[in-house]
This record gives sequence, structure tokens and C-alpha cells, in this order.
Amino acid sequence: MSASPLIEIKDLRIRFHGDDGRVTHAVDSVDLSVANGATLGLVGESGCGKSVTSLAIMGLLPKQSAEITGAIRFDGFDLLTTPDQTLRDLRGNRLAMIFQEPMTSLNPSFTIGDQIIETILRHRGGSRKSARDRAIDLLRRVHIPSPERRIDEYPHKLSGGMRQRVMIAMALACDPRLLIADEPTTALDVTLQAQILELMRELKAASGAAIILITHDLGVVAEVCDEVAVMYAGEIVERAPVDELFSAPQHPYTVGLLGSIPRLDHRAEQLATIEGMVPNMAQPPAGCRFAARCPFALDACTRAPPPLLEVSPGHLSRCIRAPLELLVS
Amino acid sequence: MTTLLEVNGLVKHFVAERSLLGRALAHVKAVDGVSFSLEAGKTLALVGESGCGKSTVSRLVLRLIEPDAGTVRFDGRDLLSLDANALRAFRREAQIIFQDPYASLNPRMTVGQILTEPLALHDLVPPARRTERVAELLRLVGLEPRLSRRYPHEFSGGQRQRIAIARALAVEPKLIICDEPVSALDVSIRSQILNLLRELQDRLGLAYIFVSHDLAVVKHIADHVAVMNLGQIVETAEADALFAAPRHPYSRALLSAIPVPKPQAKRSRIVLQGEIPSALNPPPGCRFHTRCPYVIERCRREMPQLMPDGTGHATACHRTSDVPSSAAIVPMDGGFSPVLEKLVAAFSGGSEAARSGGVSS
Repeated sequence: MSASPLIEIKDLRIRFHGDDGRVTHAVDSVDLSVANGATLGLVGESGCGKSVTSLAIMGLLPKQSAEITGAIRFDGFDLLTTPDQTLRDLRGNRLAMIFQEPMTSLNPSFTIGDQIIETILRHRGGSRKSARDRAIDLLRRVHIPSPERRIDEYPHKLSGGMRQRVMIAMALACDPRLLIADEPTTALDVTLQAQILELMRELKAASGAAIILITHDLGVVAEVCDEVAVMYAGEIVERAPVDELFSAPQHPYTVGLLGSIPRLDHRAEQLATIEGMVPNMAQPPAGCRFAARCPFALDACTRAPPPLLEVSPGHLSRCIRAPLELLVS
Repeated sequence: MTTLLEVNGLVKHFVAERSLLGRALAHVKAVDGVSFSLEAGKTLALVGESGCGKSTVSRLVLRLIEPDAGTVRFDGRDLLSLDANALRAFRREAQIIFQDPYASLNPRMTVGQILTEPLALHDLVPPARRTERVAELLRLVGLEPRLSRRYPHEFSGGQRQRIAIARALAVEPKLIICDEPVSALDVSIRSQILNLLRELQDRLGLAYIFVSHDLAVVKHIADHVAVMNLGQIVETAEADALFAAPRHPYSRALLSAIPVPKPQAKRSRIVLQGEIPSALNPPPGCRFHTRCPYVIERCRREMPQLMPDGTGHATACHRTSDVPSSAAIVPMDGGFSPVLEKLVAAFSGGSEAARSGGVSS
């Protein structure tokens, strides 16, 4: 990792205060950094805190109920203390985000052109004419056929794959330094997914932007990410370069996840399963949060929370039984 | 093996637009001449992109919607000639589970009520024994019988899908249609449901029609696969044969695009250009020709027929014999590293295996 990463998250903690006084620990002591031009995969199952982390980066969490501590340093700013006005200048400009549901993130009553042009005018200024030309150019870059015509269409006229490409075009409108993509291909068919992933790779190569890809699909991670962080119950349980994560995972949860995917190469009679349930995050367990579901757990695991330690250079695991090879050798 | 289900020339066109006088102006050709058969105790997967008609086929097979043409024979009976009573009796033998377990269970009924309803409706079990049968069904899908007093909202997504499966099993069907049963579930929960479906098939001799867009899941569960594009089956084969060497250019593109959990997996991905044509106005000739990398003039004019090759593999493509070999099209993930293989085994083997095998410290 280079000397100064583009974005650096330090000890991020997010708590939600419910109306009934309940406090949910959504994210706990998350440390992350992404270098320029790198792609970080943020992996985990529903409710593990991966999307909340990304919303915190974008400053999109509700101020009344979300208590956020820690630091998110991006491009000389601490995003958690940056005034709203400055954040608005950053969002859509140097920081951009793509969401899973392209239909709910596009405004149905404006043409896609209007929506892209608005972004360009807000951050770059200039004439409407030049903004329109740039919008057409962006649509062409994301392979929308006949962009001169499509630019005046409304979102409902486009297919799901095209809408997602419009979202990407909009996110790229101001050449962001960091692109956060939250499950960008989950709603799409495999053929479209392949197109969108190819597109993201192309764009990264062309612009050198960093990408944080949030997904639950380990196949997608293997294809586009350089580094992976696995989240479980609000914590990062493992962080590793992509090759290492898939060849020698160091956290039992990652092992369980990898074992539970059906594979193309051989037909396992039984897939691995992770028994039990995610802990209640209003009262997180005292020790390791995965211990109750972990077949490798010892008594020590339930006593104190395990630290995130380096197992090998660049490979961190929050498991006191790592390195896991020793368990099976 | 006995043929349980035989579908022939199934057609369903939905009216997309009507004139002022109610005359149909445009049709969506959702299903256009689909034929297949399914043996008892086996799994047929229907795969294809959104809008290819796979879900419509599954509903036609159950007569949840009426076909415009074609025949469906189930266990020797012609389904389309059944009257209302006979149709209800047929529903005992074929059930469906849906993608969204949140939407397919009545939120105002307890799990016990949900599972008792089919028993009462078909008068399968005398009232006195119904509680017992509900407990048995819950155990069958891996839930504790005491949960029968709870409401659906008290369960997680995976548990709700188990309840939906238990409800389908209540009538002891021979066929269950699984319409994207694991698409809404997390990876670890998905594997639990897939394992459960397999186990139930082995134990109860169920046949499945498995509708899915997740091809790795299909490879895992299916015996036979039918690939659909715009309302038609373009290729059908044994699952192993299809995944070893897909023949139709559309199947090739589909299979080549599967993301595999292995960085730098060997693959030669075929990225299709162009948009999926609308089923409202499918292109003439082969319906895939607008996106096909091997298109020739004949494909634009003449619709290819599904041609069996004698080994159970049938393809609807004019160029089956002269397109390049399909070796190395399906990405290979090369399996786990030996260490990971052992770790996964230890993980699944439960704590004893891990502790005895790994008392190192």
C-alpha cells in the first residue's frame, strides 16, 4: 500500500439510537484504507454493516439517530467533521456512489440527460450545451447505444442494465477519485453483470479512480478486487489481498462463506453451512462475535474480543486460532 | 424411470396493448412453443435472463395461468382438460415455492395455521392428528416444532423459506416448482436451503423444476437443464454435459459469464453486445441473432428448431456443427487449495473434527 492512501478510515464506530431507546451497534472499530487506483471489496452478509460503512463515508446517515465516531480521512478532509456545504461539493464530484437499485436512485420525472447534466453543472459549471455534450460522451463511454437519442429518455424507458449504466455514467460525470459501488450488479442477469464488471474495470484503468465494491458475491470479488475486507456483525474479521483470501483464508467465517458457494468444478454432495444466527447487535457478545457459530471456537474465544492481528504481511485476521492451517495440519 | 411431466408446444402470449374497443393490438410472446419432460425424482433447471419466460413456464405447468396452446401431461393425465375439482386434486401433487419468502406467507397466520391449512383443505389428516403432522413437517425442514405458534415476521429469511418448503411438503407432492428459491437469501443461508432441497429429494423422491438465474446453483442442483431465450428453449441437456460443453451461442455466453470465486480464473468470457430484444416484438429468424457473435444470413430469416443429437443433448442453432469448439468456455475455478479443502471439511465436520484434528496449541 502506498504511503498516503486516498481514503483512510480509523476506528469507525456507528451506533443507531432507536425510538425505543435501544442502541444498535452497527459498525465497530473499522479500520480501512484504499490506495489510488485500487479496488477494495467489502464483503459480508445482510446486516453486517458494509452498507452502513459506505453511507458513513458519503455522509448520508441520518444525524438524529446515527452516532458516528472515529475518522474518515479523504483527500485532506475528515469527512466526519466536514461541514455539510463542503460535503455537498465533494459528493458527486470527487466522491461518487452507485446503488443496487437503479430504478429507485434515478428520478422518474426527469430525463436521464437532465439528471447527468445537473451533476455536471452543479460541480463544474459551464454552459448547458457543453454539459450536454459531456453527458452524451459519458453515455457513450458506458456503452449506451445511440446516446444522442437516449439522453432525452426517461428512466422507465430503459432496461435494468441500461439504468445501471446511466447510474455509472452519472457517478463518473466529474471524474471521481473514489467510487463506492454498493451491490452494483446484484439486480442484474449474469450477462449484464459481465458487461458492468467489464465496464468498471475499463473505467478504473482509464481514470485511475479507487473503488470500494460492496457485495455479498465472492465470485464478483474474485474478479475485480485487489484487496478484500470481510465483515461480520459490524466488525472487520479478515482483511487480505484477494489471492490470499481465496487460497488461504484466516478467519473461520471466511472459510464458511467460501465453503457454502456451489462450485463449477466439482459437485459437492453437501455445501458447507454456517449454523446458528447473527448475534443481536443491541447486545453484542463479550468475546468473539462469531464464536457461537464457529466450529473452531475455544473457551477463550468467548471471554475477550479478539484483536485484528497480522497473520502474514498484509493479511489480518480477528481470530485467536489463526493461522488456521495449524488446525488441519 | 417414469416420466412424471410432459410438456408439449406450450404457448402463452400476454396482451400488451388493447384498442379502444378492447381488441388486442400487441402481444408479449412470453412462452412460444416450449416442450420438455421431467422424470420422477429428478431436477430440471430452467435458466435464462429476466424476461425469457422461465417463470411463466413454471406457472403454466401448474395451470396457475392458462396456456394459449400446447399440452401438459402429469402422471399420464392431461392437465388442461381437468375441471375445477380435478384441478384442486392435482394441486396436491404439484406445489410451488417462490423467491420471496416474505411475500409468500400470510403475515396474519401463525406457522401452525399456515401448515394446517393445506392439510384441512385436502382433508389429508384428521383434525386430531394435525398438530402432530405440523410438528413433523417442521422437523422435516429443520425447524423446531415449538415455533408453530409464531408468526412469519418473527423468522429470518432462510427460516421463512423453510416454512414455505414445509407448506409445499404438507400435501406430499410429487413435484415442487422452485422459482428462484434462494435468490433472496445470503450465501450461508442459501447453502442451507440447497442442502435441504437435496436431502428432501433423496428422502421423499421429489421432482423439482428449478427456476434460477444463478448458474453455479443450477450446476449444483440440477440433473437436466433447459436454457431459455425470449420464450423458447434454445438448448437442453444433462447438466454435466451442458456445463462441460455448451453448444448454443447463447448458452456459451451465459455460462462464460459466471463469476467464479477464484482470482485469475481461466476463462474466455463472451461479453454479449447489444440489448436483449423485447419479447413484444422478437426478431425474426433466430431470436438470438441480434446478439449472436456467429450470426449468418440464414439466422436472420429462418427460425432454428431444437434438434436432438441422440445423446439427450438438443440445440436450436443453425450453426451447431460449425461454431468453434466450446472447450474452456465455462470458467474453471480449479477447486480449493488443499489447505482450504481441509479447512472447509473441518468447518463442516463440526467442532469434534476440528478439535481432535487440530489440538496443536
